[in-house]
Amino acid sequence: MTSDIQVQALPVQGRRRSIDISWPTFALLTLVLSVLVLLPLFWLVYYSFRSDTGAGATFANYIALVADPTLLRAYGLAIGMALAVGVLACLIATPMAWLVARTDLPGRRTIRMLVTASFVTPPFLGAIAYEILAAPNSGIVNIMYRSVFGLEASEYLVNIYTFSGLVFAIACFTFPYVFTLVANALDKVPSDLEDASSILGGKSMTTLRKVTIPLVLPAMLAGTLIAILQALTMFGSPAILALPAGFHVITTKIWSLFQFPPRLGLAAAAALPLLIITVILLRAQKSILGRKGYTVLGGKSGTPRITELGPWKWPAIAFVFCVLSLTIILPYLAIIKTAFTGTVGDPINLSTLTLSHWRFVLFEFSATQLALRNTFLLGFLTATAVTAIALIVSYLVIRRSVPGSGFLGVLATAPVAIPGIVLGVGLFLSYANPTFQLYGTIWILLIAFMTIELPAGYQQMSSAFSGVHPELEEAGRIVGASRLRTLWDITAPLLRTSVVAAWCFVFVGTIRELSATILLTTANTKLVSVIIYDLNESGDLGAICVLGIILLAASFAVVFIANRVPVLGGSQMNTRG
Amino acid sequence: MWKKALSAALLATGLAASPAAWAEAPAPYQITPELVAAAKAEGKVVFYTATDVAVAEKLAEHFKSKYPGIAVQVERAGSERVFQRIGQEYSTGIYNADVIETSDAVHFEYFKRQGWLEPMVPQEVADKWPADERDPDGNFAAYRAHLSVIAYRTDLMKDADAPKTWEDLLDPRFKDKMVKAHPGYSGTVMTSTFVLSQLLGWDYFEKLGKQNIMQVQSSTEPPKKLAQGERALEVDGNEYNVFRLIDEGKPIKIVYPDEGTPLAVGNAAVLKQAPNPNAAKLFYAFLFSLDAQQLNSDFGGLRSFHPDVKEKADRTPLSKIKILHSDPEKLEPEIPTIKANYEKYFGT
Repeated sequence: MTSDIQVQALPVQGRRRSIDISWPTFALLTLVLSVLVLLPLFWLVYYSFRSDTGAGATFANYIALVADPTLLRAYGLAIGMALAVGVLACLIATPMAWLVARTDLPGRRTIRMLVTASFVTPPFLGAIAYEILAAPNSGIVNIMYRSVFGLEASEYLVNIYTFSGLVFAIACFTFPYVFTLVANALDKVPSDLEDASSILGGKSMTTLRKVTIPLVLPAMLAGTLIAILQALTMFGSPAILALPAGFHVITTKIWSLFQFPPRLGLAAAAALPLLIITVILLRAQKSILGRKGYTVLGGKSGTPRITELGPWKWPAIAFVFCVLSLTIILPYLAIIKTAFTGTVGDPINLSTLTLSHWRFVLFEFSATQLALRNTFLLGFLTATAVTAIALIVSYLVIRRSVPGSGFLGVLATAPVAIPGIVLGVGLFLSYANPTFQLYGTIWILLIAFMTIELPAGYQQMSSAFSGVHPELEEAGRIVGASRLRTLWDITAPLLRTSVVAAWCFVFVGTIRELSATILLTTANTKLVSVIIYDLNESGDLGAICVLGIILLAASFAVVFIANRVPVLGGSQMNTRG
Repeated sequence: MWKKALSAALLATGLAASPAAWAEAPAPYQITPELVAAAKAEGKVVFYTATDVAVAEKLAEHFKSKYPGIAVQVERAGSERVFQRIGQEYSTGIYNADVIETSDAVHFEYFKRQGWLEPMVPQEVADKWPADERDPDGNFAAYRAHLSVIAYRTDLMKDADAPKTWEDLLDPRFKDKMVKAHPGYSGTVMTSTFVLSQLLGWDYFEKLGKQNIMQVQSSTEPPKKLAQGERALEVDGNEYNVFRLIDEGKPIKIVYPDEGTPLAVGNAAVLKQAPNPNAAKLFYAFLFSLDAQQLNSDFGGLRSFHPDVKEKADRTPLSKIKILHSDPEKLEPEIPTIKANYEKYFGT
């Protein structure tokens, strides 16, 4: 394949006539990324020192931040929740990753696929599914519990409207981050180290404890930190589960500050600590990974050693089945059930089955079409733009074609430290003014999504780039192709699997975004995630489930098609967090 | 407040001699073929509303069947959200909405002060509406009204056990059993919280906050939680949603407490910056037509100020209920206090 390309590349006009566009590209990208990342942060800081009553510069917002007990409580609860989610996700995901990667458990491929499905599920939809399943009185689980044991109506087994319920519901949809990282790390642990341990007389448990676990520890910690960050900055699930329970976390509290009359200065000041916590956590992750990075360098020196489970096979299957039931099977069944029956509490029989929610969503509810169109348009635009930018940036960074290109890499990674709601506040402050007038158009959403998704896209593309040896590109350059031409004719085709994977990843990420979106949409720029949230606030669960099914089916279809289109080459979706 | 500010301004400029030009509403208008044609040319009307989404969409459908060729974009959110949204949009120079409607009367005083509304009076309003229920300057009129009611599931709670008064809700037997909407989201609940805090004092809410109440947002939601069977009793919620669920056969009963039931009036108005001014004018007149008001009553369970609307026989008429009225001018300065106290006692 590469030789074909070289032959095509030969007749390209001589090198002298084409200008090397590395420099202009570099300058343009630096400008674009700086505007994307730095402008909202600048306005955030600026507004945090402005008085909401128009009285000029002030420290009042920061004083309120430490003096207002409701804000402090919201921060305390958010941090507690995030830590609990991290620990729980790690406890669920690690054994499961080991079982899937390193044992003879049946159906391992299917399990990995199902975990991917849990990753595609927007967390807010998961939270709503758990309202249907585990609300204390109308929750399906509690109804079954009462009827099985013949208990009174006031008894219940689980209550999702509690702090622990919230932690559980978030962990269910963040554990895939830990799972994927740990499973990938386990795939890579060289088996000769474990063989050495066995040869020296170590029993399998000793080997696991002294060799395997220390080797994947960095991946566990990294995954847990990502889960903590996700939980800390999540808006949808707490809004759905914590508010009914009567408490705020910091994201919902910031959102409430936008109620009219908006307290933008206080919102900006309240958002900044979230940014600082995120930066600290990411630094911690980096220092942990940096110190123990040797696992990644180990390389494959043999097929991963498979442990035979023997009699433990059945408990292992039960464990995995239990986790998958809680994270995929039960929530999806609950959503499907609610979409086809009158109200949540109804039993399933012929008289309660109805298509009324479908009729409402598809034919009566006027927001549906617009929201679906906006959602998928933005998904396509964001995925395409981010993949293109990430491709060029990672090329410039990895190949060091321009001095100072490392700075671009930093800019492209920086948004990872900006929580969605903070970015939402920052973008609102930057672009919702008569100068820009971007608020109310889909462009402000596109900017938000590009900023949010850039780190993920960049991370994927740059790791893919480091796998392509420069000699292929050099061959192209020697026969006279420009740098860009080489990139498009040689490197891009070699990377197409990764490009498709990154595209899908960004697409899915865009569709499930709510925390920045919620502050930036207007009537004409509604997204499906926002109308689901609106419908939740008025209690229309049936309509939500219909929209959720449409959203999920469409996302799966897009991912499936993107992976099957012949031009793009068949690839598997990569679910790295 | 508007009047105070206005007279001050007039005095200051020495124009106090001609206040009549300001205080008078524009002449009533009728739906003419020319108006319909002009509306059709625009092809669309954007309706920001706080009415339950199913009711609002039903109304939109009726409008579309009456005036084919004009699409209605219904943007439904809680009253306070609609208010927040229009505030955010107008402060950044975005003019999406044609007709606006919320159940918090304070909002319309605010819009009027800001000069965001286009005064106009449909003939029907001029002829039939009580003077109390429309703006003397013709900026807005009461499109709907509903009570915020206590209601319970008859299969989960015996009639004898059900509360009869607001004070009854503090009884320990209702702990963990109640659901309630939020004044930061719902105009209805903002109104009812204000009225009840005046009547019963904030210590009532402090005690109520200890009853472990499920907190939802919209006042359309507590009735739906009753229908789901998630809670047996609602502290507040739209009477019209309860009517609709009773019509669907759900075992729910309304309580009109002895101390009185808060009334929320939903005003509607046309915005000055409406992108589709003719369609807005037509839609606005349609909202007050007997047709639409009767549909609101039959399908939506809403109360109407149109004297010719016939209510279903099983509904208690307003004349038989002790009603607690709210004064938007007194409510407005209390909003920050209400929000802060509410967060203190209920957590959010």
